[in-house]
Amino acid sequence: MTGPGSHGGRSPVDEGARPRTVPPRPLGPRVPRVVTLAAGAGLALLVLPVLALLVRADWGSVPAAVTSPEALAALGLSLRTGAAATALCVVLGFPLAVLLARSQGRAADVVRALVTLPLVLPPTVGGIALLYLLGRQGLVGEHLDALLGVRVPFTIAAVVLAQAFVALPFLVLAVEGSLRTLGTGYETVAATLGAGRWMVLRRVTLPLAAPGLASGTVLCFARALGEFGATALFAGNVPGVTRTMPLAIYTAFNGAGVSPDTAVALSLLLVGAAVVILVLARAWRPGVRA
Amino acid sequence: MVLVLAAGAGLVLAACSPPTTGAADPVRVLAAASLHAPLDELLAAHAESTGGPAPLVTYDGSAALLTQLREGAVADVVVLADAASTSQAQDAGLLAGRAVEVAANTLRIAVAPGNPLAVTGLADLARPDVTVVLCAPPVPCGAATRTLLADTGVEVPRASEEQAVTAVLAKVVSGEADAGVVYVTDVLGAGGAVEGVAIPGADRARTTVSAAVVAGAPHPDEAGDLVALLGSAGARVVFARHGFEAP
Repeated sequence: MTGPGSHGGRSPVDEGARPRTVPPRPLGPRVPRVVTLAAGAGLALLVLPVLALLVRADWGSVPAAVTSPEALAALGLSLRTGAAATALCVVLGFPLAVLLARSQGRAADVVRALVTLPLVLPPTVGGIALLYLLGRQGLVGEHLDALLGVRVPFTIAAVVLAQAFVALPFLVLAVEGSLRTLGTGYETVAATLGAGRWMVLRRVTLPLAAPGLASGTVLCFARALGEFGATALFAGNVPGVTRTMPLAIYTAFNGAGVSPDTAVALSLLLVGAAVVILVLARAWRPGVRA
Repeated sequence: MVLVLAAGAGLVLAACSPPTTGAADPVRVLAAASLHAPLDELLAAHAESTGGPAPLVTYDGSAALLTQLREGAVADVVVLADAASTSQAQDAGLLAGRAVEVAANTLRIAVAPGNPLAVTGLADLARPDVTVVLCAPPVPCGAATRTLLADTGVEVPRASEEQAVTAVLAKVVSGEADAGVVYVTDVLGAGGAVEGVAIPGADRARTTVSAAVVAGAPHPDEAGDLVALLGSAGARVVFARHGFEAP
């Protein structure tokens, strides 16, 4: 039996669902198809080269290549110098970040711009700059050599400094960012309750900054591990002394010594290291979100 | 925090300390990349006969080695691939005493085995279907290549200029380049991975390899012994086996 109304033939269930006659769509604005296509191409640009590396690798020879004395020396050197550079960045970068996060005005803007300089500077320029500061005829290097007999370039110290130069901005920006989002409320309260500067820094600022510091440290280490340009120019390419993983890959690829297969195998080792670093960085992320 | 800062400063200073010159510290050699095979053989034999640690060798383009020496790299012996680099080092006061000529080399065109593109001389390198990689002009192989190209009046479009001859060879071996101008010794050293095409008149751009003790070498005595060894008749036999000529 059908009623006389406009809803003839429809069941009450349909009637109740009337506001949803338009099929339900995912929430949020719809993206034009061309954007989706471009996004896919972008992802392909990022992923396909690494995939090609995995496909190209002669997996049978990988274990031998990555455990060769040259590869182990390069890996050990990379890990040691990367850790030293990261420690240096934490020691120097944390104070810089705290200062930046708590400063206003033009001076702070200028300092922040200076801190980000190594991010936008080609690392090779950084290498030349370090050489002109600490090289034998460098601004400071000349005196270090003459007065103390200390020569920095082409030593393991040069590797650490080159890595710290390019990695420091990552740490500073990560810590400063997390401190800025948290604001100064807790610190102000602590100060009004009578806590001194050191007390506030140790008991309030440091714990608040810890998640940012952790993710900044991970990023900083990753950047140090991958450093090539500044190291090549400022520290050279001496096996076991300044030949870090990226330089070993470059050297192997260019044929002076080992074969391109070794370059691929060493690259896989760094890809593996990068994956571990990403997993570690993710593990810390929930803390940052707090 | 102060303690942490102090620890950090200490860490940097410790890492910066000048290179030690203890007995276990190996002799450091900077050598042109083209000398890789004979030098490895000679140095290994030398280390075995003296019972000392194997020398630490950095192979790179001669131009890069010169820059590193000029900027204060610590080394005992330097082996440069041509007379121009050697006299530059001499003029800059980077060498202690005279350089010793140890071997000579000439250029050859490296192509894929079987020479699929039928490259027969420098003129073929200008063909649009041939992808060419050359040494950069500042490195000895690049300077010698320029000399020969200027002689023949060929303008070669190049896909890349490399900082060491081994990098040119690697591009041909991997197939990324169809042809590259390298040393005769590189073609021999590559086994069957590349084929060499002789360049008529290549003798006009013959390069002379020299070895010298570096000024301020941490191990001057060992360095002197090593340079003498590289200039010896015995070394000449090893160089010849790898395709080098007598200087």
